[in-house]
Amino acid sequence: MHEKDLELLRILEDNSRLSAQEIATMTNLTPTEVEERVHALEATGVIRKYTTVINWELAGNGEVSSIIELKVSPERDFGYDRIAERLSRFRQVKTLRLMTGTYDLQLLVTGKNMQEVSRFVSEHVAPMDRIRETATHIIMKSYKENGNVLFEQQEAERLPYSF
Amino acid sequence: MRNFVSQRAQEIPPSGIRKFFDLALTMEDVISLGVGEPDFRTPWNICESSIYSIEQGVTSYTPNKGLPVLRETLSTYLQKHYNLPYNSDNEIIITSGVSEALDIAIRAIVNPGDEVLIAQPSYVSYAPCVTLAGGIPVPVQCTESDRFKLNPDALQEKITGKTKALIINFPNNPTGAVMNRKDLAAIADIIIDKDLLLITDEVYAELSYEGSHVAAATVSDLWQRTITLNGFSKAYAMTGWRVGYLCAPKELCEAVLKIHQYVMLCAPVMGQVGALEAIRSAEEDKNNMVQEYRLRRNMFVAGLNRIGLPTHVPEGAFYAFPSVKGTGLSDTVFAERLLKEQRVAVVPGSVFGVGGENNLRCAYAVSRKQLTEALGRMESFLNSL
Repeated sequence: MHEKDLELLRILEDNSRLSAQEIATMTNLTPTEVEERVHALEATGVIRKYTTVINWELAGNGEVSSIIELKVSPERDFGYDRIAERLSRFRQVKTLRLMTGTYDLQLLVTGKNMQEVSRFVSEHVAPMDRIRETATHIIMKSYKENGNVLFEQQEAERLPYSF
Repeated sequence: MRNFVSQRAQEIPPSGIRKFFDLALTMEDVISLGVGEPDFRTPWNICESSIYSIEQGVTSYTPNKGLPVLRETLSTYLQKHYNLPYNSDNEIIITSGVSEALDIAIRAIVNPGDEVLIAQPSYVSYAPCVTLAGGIPVPVQCTESDRFKLNPDALQEKITGKTKALIINFPNNPTGAVMNRKDLAAIADIIIDKDLLLITDEVYAELSYEGSHVAAATVSDLWQRTITLNGFSKAYAMTGWRVGYLCAPKELCEAVLKIHQYVMLCAPVMGQVGALEAIRSAEEDKNNMVQEYRLRRNMFVAGLNRIGLPTHVPEGAFYAFPSVKGTGLSDTVFAERLLKEQRVAVVPGSVFGVGGENNLRCAYAVSRKQLTEALGRMESFLNSL
């Protein structure tokens, strides 16, 4: 990938609300060039979506998040792909990954409360074909999400002058 | 009672920006572009390894030259990154920051009355360190028309029978200027021809934005007559750790080591442990910081030019050096009024010696948001003139 594209992605990953003009002055591109490159990155699916990092705990909506580990019997010819695709259709599944180690699939599931999460797991996930075992872990508190620290950090004090 | 202060201590000028410092401290809502240090925190793995070492009781003196493992790792790093061959046994000394390295390097080579050339504008401690060692500092001006590179003719002009050494600092504080291989080759011929020693402060080496840094000692036959200074403060956001290093051929290094033994004994061990971790595993942290500085530079320099302060594109360090010549104000008056009227702190260029009289040093080691705000305030100030 072109160095400029990587630079754009790093900038957008940190703050996707910057204008093409602002990004242009930082990268020595013209605003049109920025727009064209971003459009191309969107078209090829490298950029999936522009979203917001929210501290839901602070927003106080009372949602419950959990990590669910699944042991799965893979299918001939398809491995884990078909069951993973099926699982990923559920709105409740925010993140889905195939893992090495003692289990196979890892799901991040959110719900309004504990009952909702547990009903989702017991009624929808556990009974699915090829799922041999589930383990549900409730997230008690999130300190960092996708590189973003969610707790208040004290600013280090700097003197206004030094050499 | 007698005046106990030595002649030399009386001779060195006090810091030229002291009154700014005091004034800025009393004001609220000041955006400071005066701070010559990274606004990032030291990467956590560095802090963590140092904390762990303290818990393990690693709190004693180290060998004078520094921890052997740090020197070995550094030697490999210098070879790999800058093509600089220095033997970890006898050609590297770990110091308490580049500040100490500079002082002991100068003391090791200057005899009373020796002239030491200093490429200016420059960091403020070079000339006083020469004076304290009994030498005579002689500025060589780097001009805006040369994009603040050291011009070989200007250098040649200042050389006399008493000239012993030349001190350079590229990437430069305060101008951000960089000397590429060709630029260095041009001055190397003169240095060799006139049999001078070169002290090169390369503390901003990692903050080079256009191509990779060229270490002066790798140019022509300079190695044998060069003392290379560098440190961890700027590249790894470790200013308060006070760890730098000095590299020189064996004979020179031995002389410097004698002074280091008596005045410092060794650099603080917890700092050395952190420095080791920095080389081993903070490469990506460093690269991320450099990328961020590059974005800020592009944005800030474009902004300065847009609001009417002509600024050359600095190729290294984290300083922009805009010219205030067109405003009719001197650098000092501009800086004072900008602070009082718009609460933006910058450093007048004249603090950094000859060649800086018409400029301001603005450190862009603050957030993009603050830079945007500072540009807005500077524009309001210019419009009010």
